[in-house]
Amino acid sequence: MTLTGFFRYFVSALQWGSFYALIAIGYTMVYGVLMLFNFAHGDIFMAGSYIGLFVAGALLAISAGGLIPMAPWLILILTIVGTMLGTSIVGMLVERIAYRPLRNAPRASAAVTGLMIGLLMETGNLRLLGAERRKFPSLIETTVYKVGGVSITNTKIMIVGVSLALMYILHLLVRRTKWGMAMRAMAYDFPVVPLMGVSIDSIASATFVLGSSMAAIAGIFFCTAYPVLEPYMGILIGWKAFIAAIVGGRGSIVGAMFGGYLLGFIEIFVPAILPSTFRDLIAYTIILIILTFRPHGFFGEPYSAHMRL
Amino acid sequence: MKALIQKVRSLFTDIPIQAWVLGFLVAAAIERLAGDVIAGPLGLERVPRLFGVRFMIESLLLILDFGVVEGSTIDYLRAGEVAQAVGVAVKGFLLIPSTIAYLLVLYFVPVSIVARLTAPLIKRLPYRLSMSLLLIALYGAVQMWGLDQYRIMVLYFIFISILLTVSLNLVNGYMGEFSCASGGFMAVGAYVTSILTVGGFVHDDVFGPPLLPPALGFFLFPIALVIGGLVTALTALLVAIPSFRTRGDYLAIITLAYTFIVKSLFENLEVVGGPRGFMNQPTTWASLPVIFIWTILGVWIMRNYVSTILGKGATVVRDDETAAEVMTVNTRRVKVITFMLSAFWSGVAGGLYAHVIGYINPSDFGIMKTAEVMAMLYMGGLNSISGSMVGAVIYRLLMEGLRPLGILRWMVIPVIIIIFMLRRPWGLISFREFGVLRKEVRRAPASD
Repeated sequence: MTLTGFFRYFVSALQWGSFYALIAIGYTMVYGVLMLFNFAHGDIFMAGSYIGLFVAGALLAISAGGLIPMAPWLILILTIVGTMLGTSIVGMLVERIAYRPLRNAPRASAAVTGLMIGLLMETGNLRLLGAERRKFPSLIETTVYKVGGVSITNTKIMIVGVSLALMYILHLLVRRTKWGMAMRAMAYDFPVVPLMGVSIDSIASATFVLGSSMAAIAGIFFCTAYPVLEPYMGILIGWKAFIAAIVGGRGSIVGAMFGGYLLGFIEIFVPAILPSTFRDLIAYTIILIILTFRPHGFFGEPYSAHMRL
Repeated sequence: MKALIQKVRSLFTDIPIQAWVLGFLVAAAIERLAGDVIAGPLGLERVPRLFGVRFMIESLLLILDFGVVEGSTIDYLRAGEVAQAVGVAVKGFLLIPSTIAYLLVLYFVPVSIVARLTAPLIKRLPYRLSMSLLLIALYGAVQMWGLDQYRIMVLYFIFISILLTVSLNLVNGYMGEFSCASGGFMAVGAYVTSILTVGGFVHDDVFGPPLLPPALGFFLFPIALVIGGLVTALTALLVAIPSFRTRGDYLAIITLAYTFIVKSLFENLEVVGGPRGFMNQPTTWASLPVIFIWTILGVWIMRNYVSTILGKGATVVRDDETAAEVMTVNTRRVKVITFMLSAFWSGVAGGLYAHVIGYINPSDFGIMKTAEVMAMLYMGGLNSISGSMVGAVIYRLLMEGLRPLGILRWMVIPVIIIIFMLRRPWGLISFREFGVLRKEVRRAPASD
């Protein structure tokens, strides 16, 4: 592999790692706070992509119709904000319908309702919007920069940069704010939190809002890079991000980031060496080996009562 | 009125399950003999295949039309043919009462009469005799009910689902771990068994001429199934050794990765067709009696396992692992053996599945399969063999009954399961058994 080739793969790996990391954060936050696997998260990502499609379409129509002319960057920012809001509502609804009533039930029952609500979202989408694939509008002009023989597009820089910045902001949010403190308290000792006058329901909703917003951003970025939407797009990427969250360490935001980028690198560099059909096989085998030696992931702690959020 | 209901109810309490099965056998026999004769005058085109569920759904569709069927009331109304529309609506409305009448005449009445009449006789039979009577009656009922190819296919899937669900219950219910490996286990079992049978007894493009005379195939098929199950159990051992060092959700993740790895592995193995799938499995061997026997055997062994020392050890591990260690339970051994037993029966179920369909594809055994088995298990209830069986039957009948809905089925089924889980988070029958599955309490003989 030449050096330029290596850098080309490196940039792609960073980009894919950002997608995985953003989605993995949603899994890990829900796990850290509520101790349940949100198996519908991949489909929340899918919903985010579709909401992004409609918000962007509406904004472009408004702008092009001359009603309120907007610059492309403004459209992009408004799309991101609108999609985050819309997807947060979806995430809150999922929590409200599928998880909240089952908080005292066996956790596996909640896993089943999660899986089923994901299935419902996929089929509902298929039924409402039809099976055809939709194309995401390009919101910003793609420009290509040449750095020493490696071509980097501005979208890739934006994706990686904004993702890292957002993850840092989220980290601060969880570390430095009262809400974040409440979330960490819930991860640390679930029954005591309501005794301190903190509402479990609103913290749970807030967790889903944050996780779903990250999934929404992942959706928009994913569609900017690969502008094809279909109802089942969330399944594969969702499960992979789930595995990434586990490898990073359940309940740890830094861990989810790390796991996401690790998975991105494995997935991009394995096909560079081996046939691409082996990608999943090698990726999961590596992850199985990692988990054999580090059962709690890289940043997780042995006892689930002590989550690092 | 109330007194009447009470009286009827008191008539039907305390009827052993054998009597119900006998009643069902009689009802199915009547249906086989006279189903068409009764269905015709009631205004049904044919004998209802699944207790009329499909007829009722079709009638709903005829009236409401969710864009699924042609020629519904709404279609005719749009076309302006009011007379036709009224005709279709009446036909649709009439389908429901006539289906109910059919069920009453053919199932409800004979089953209750026969069950009521035979109950006192059966209660007097000794345990062993009544158990063998149950098995014979159950097989007879199944064989009688399997009128046509469609019903037999439904029965195949019900039995395979029962095996899968009960085997998952061993790990997720009795042992209190969370395994998501049903799909992966099924895949390993299905592929290994298929390789053995196709390589051994079928002239195949890849595997060449059969190694053994095909006439032997039917008799060696059980051995192939057992080998498939054993290989599955061995792969489960690979997963089990690292994963049982720790508690908690670790097994869930490892088994999930296992399912993905297995699927990906078979997609990359060109010998067994890779992503195109693997076919040519002889479908004649996995007949109704064969699948019935395997299912009964599996359920029987697993039901007995949970009341052995080892199986009780698994229950103790669930409740309190430290206490179990203190009470000298070898927790690792218990966990590994339970997990491997579960894997074995999932593998056998996979092998049967491959030979029912005659074609397998790696994508059949993805996470969706696991989700299905999990839905059956948690709907039915944890820690209960009867619960698993009921869950599997309900889920399968639901799947088949809602088939006319087309793609809408995949919206209706999740909604039904979600509502079900919210209403009964612990499943239908959890932590208890009914009928013959209940552990018999052996009383010491009365001393003189």
